[in-house]
Amino acid sequence: MYTITEEILTTPSGDMVINVGPQHPATHGVLHLLITLNGETIKKVEPHLGYIHRSIEKMCESLSYRQFIYSTSRMDYLSAHINNHGCALAVEKGLQVEIPPRAEVIRVLMDELTRVASHILAWGALAMDLGAFTPFFHAFREREMINDIMEETCGARLTMNYMVPGGVMMDIHPNFQRRVKELLKQFSEKIDEYDELVTYNTIFINRTKNVGYLSKEDAISFGVSGPSARASGVSCDIRKIYPYSIYDKLKFDEILYTEGDSYARYMVRVQEVKQSLSIIEQLIDNIPEGDFQAKTKAVLKLPKGEFYSRVETARGELGVYIVSEGGMTPYRIKFRSPGYSNLSALDHMTRGSKIGDLIASMGTLDLVIPDIDR
Amino acid sequence: MWNLSDIAKSVDEWLNSVMSPTWVLVVEMVVIGVLAIALFAVLGLVLVIMERKVAAYMQIRLGPNRVGPKGMLQSLADTVKLLVKEGLTPAGADKFLFNLAPFIAMITAMLLLAPLAFAKDFQIWDLNIGVLYITAVSSLSVIGILMAGWSSNNKYSLLGAMRSGAQIVSYELSAGLAIMTVVILTGSLQMSEIVKSQADGWWLFKGHIPAIISFVIFIIAVTAETNRAPFDLAEAESELTAGFHTEYSGMKFALFFLAEYINVFIVCAVGATLFLGGWMPFHIGNWEGFNHVMDYIPSSIWFFGKTFFLIFVIMWFRWTFPRLRIDQLLNLEWKYLLPISMLNILVVTLIAIKGWHF
Repeated sequence: MYTITEEILTTPSGDMVINVGPQHPATHGVLHLLITLNGETIKKVEPHLGYIHRSIEKMCESLSYRQFIYSTSRMDYLSAHINNHGCALAVEKGLQVEIPPRAEVIRVLMDELTRVASHILAWGALAMDLGAFTPFFHAFREREMINDIMEETCGARLTMNYMVPGGVMMDIHPNFQRRVKELLKQFSEKIDEYDELVTYNTIFINRTKNVGYLSKEDAISFGVSGPSARASGVSCDIRKIYPYSIYDKLKFDEILYTEGDSYARYMVRVQEVKQSLSIIEQLIDNIPEGDFQAKTKAVLKLPKGEFYSRVETARGELGVYIVSEGGMTPYRIKFRSPGYSNLSALDHMTRGSKIGDLIASMGTLDLVIPDIDR
Repeated sequence: MWNLSDIAKSVDEWLNSVMSPTWVLVVEMVVIGVLAIALFAVLGLVLVIMERKVAAYMQIRLGPNRVGPKGMLQSLADTVKLLVKEGLTPAGADKFLFNLAPFIAMITAMLLLAPLAFAKDFQIWDLNIGVLYITAVSSLSVIGILMAGWSSNNKYSLLGAMRSGAQIVSYELSAGLAIMTVVILTGSLQMSEIVKSQADGWWLFKGHIPAIISFVIFIIAVTAETNRAPFDLAEAESELTAGFHTEYSGMKFALFFLAEYINVFIVCAVGATLFLGGWMPFHIGNWEGFNHVMDYIPSSIWFFGKTFFLIFVIMWFRWTFPRLRIDQLLNLEWKYLLPISMLNILVVTLIAIKGWHF
């Protein structure tokens, strides 16, 4: 009978190889990490992908330009609106349509609500990974309010499929503005509670400070984007540097930290929640009247050529690349998803640290596995 | 007044009147054994439901609310479910040790019930080295965990067991030194003597600041010794899935689970006895009327009240704090708690010699 005692005793260096995942509480999905351990110290982390590969890119090639957007809700399901937005932007580039101002505002409102929901979920999940269960439930209290708002307007709570080429699918629900204001009020009361519970907790600070360090150069060379890169001092907020939609007219700050450790990555997310809430505050009373959707043809056909759009999702930069041959369906679609590049830095970040640090680093990278595998 | 020691005495007298002293001893031992097992089971059920309700309260949800009134029988239903589950033994496991480990964990927890003073003059075994017995037996619990981790043939279990071994052996020192402060102040290792010495005030208040320091250290150290969050590295479900009991299922898992809760109860009972006066009622100086009312509350209520208060505190820790990392855990013990408790014990010795305590 093969026993682990034999394996440890017969391996010359005394290393132990452990499978973290595909079914593991800390990977939040079917990520499979093959980690080589010496005692508790990590020598190597090797991500194995493909457990949830649905070949969305290939599927998109046989779907029309209206249909393929819906499959992107299933990629990074925590920022479904933003994925949809990116695809809609790419298609609109080809169609050359003018988006009504009302649709633009609704889109940005939805994007920012999604970002808030995603970041507070990441907040709760990180705390849970570090052993504190309670923040997770507190995060879900507010996330539930956002989900209810989404449900009223879009009809769905997770895979929204709300953005269509030319605008949004339907007008906002009459309750939308009132519910969003309630949410803002709730957040202004509870955001200090969040900080007290987790941010200033000594154990939490010890677990995340100087853990999973990623330098600015490494962040750039691994292609890390989003909050994880901004924590290392890389200015990469697409909303700021390549503004799309109406982001150039809004007042908000790009959160930059230079420490590059897990605590900085965490703090970027906490601060971004506040920035997103301020964007929502600016827009919620100023939704212009008018159409929510531009007039488009029933069957969309993009001219021959290549179209690229990039948006800032809750996890980083999402690139949508469409090659069109002029037909009803795209010739080729490629998504540049943030999770894949962010995951690639994990090995570099965690070598030489303890198992607990791996969990903290993974939690602050905020990986969503269907986004990595697509 | 309703008193446990009176009941015990009358039962003893009745038994002596119907049979010979030898048989009385045998019957009493059997009765006590059955009572201990019953207490073990009841405590397990009560503490599990209490933990779930406390967690639910902290997490703004309701908790179990289907089985029985307000879900109070949920843990009974869970026990029935665990009893009928198949107890799997992994193929590569050391079968003898694997099946023995949960019993070791449970037996050490049960042995610790013996010297506890549950009420006035109500103790299973008032041995004159009660405190020493508790520290000695509680250190055996690590053997069960190490055995489980090693014999499971699972890498997560092995890591969990090794962590647990390092942790329990380290934190025993602080817990032991914190207990020693009260022993020095009292001058006795006997549980009943320690309780009696607190008739005029609890050691937490009588022993000045050093007693408060050692009480805090005691609570931290026993939380670590019982593998409870934020020191639950042996289980650490987000790192090691379930740590040392990953491979256990059914009743064998339940025994580990119960042993953890019984250990929590016992360390809290010891803390209540040493620092909070055990079954002694709460008195304030010369407030005769107030003291009289406090005396009227049965001593068992005082004991269980204090114990459950400490249990609540430990549960509060679990649902509030994140988990420490293994090196931080050992740093906390060896670099902070141990030096502080060593200094503290010197100060307490000085106080005891000079008679400065109240």
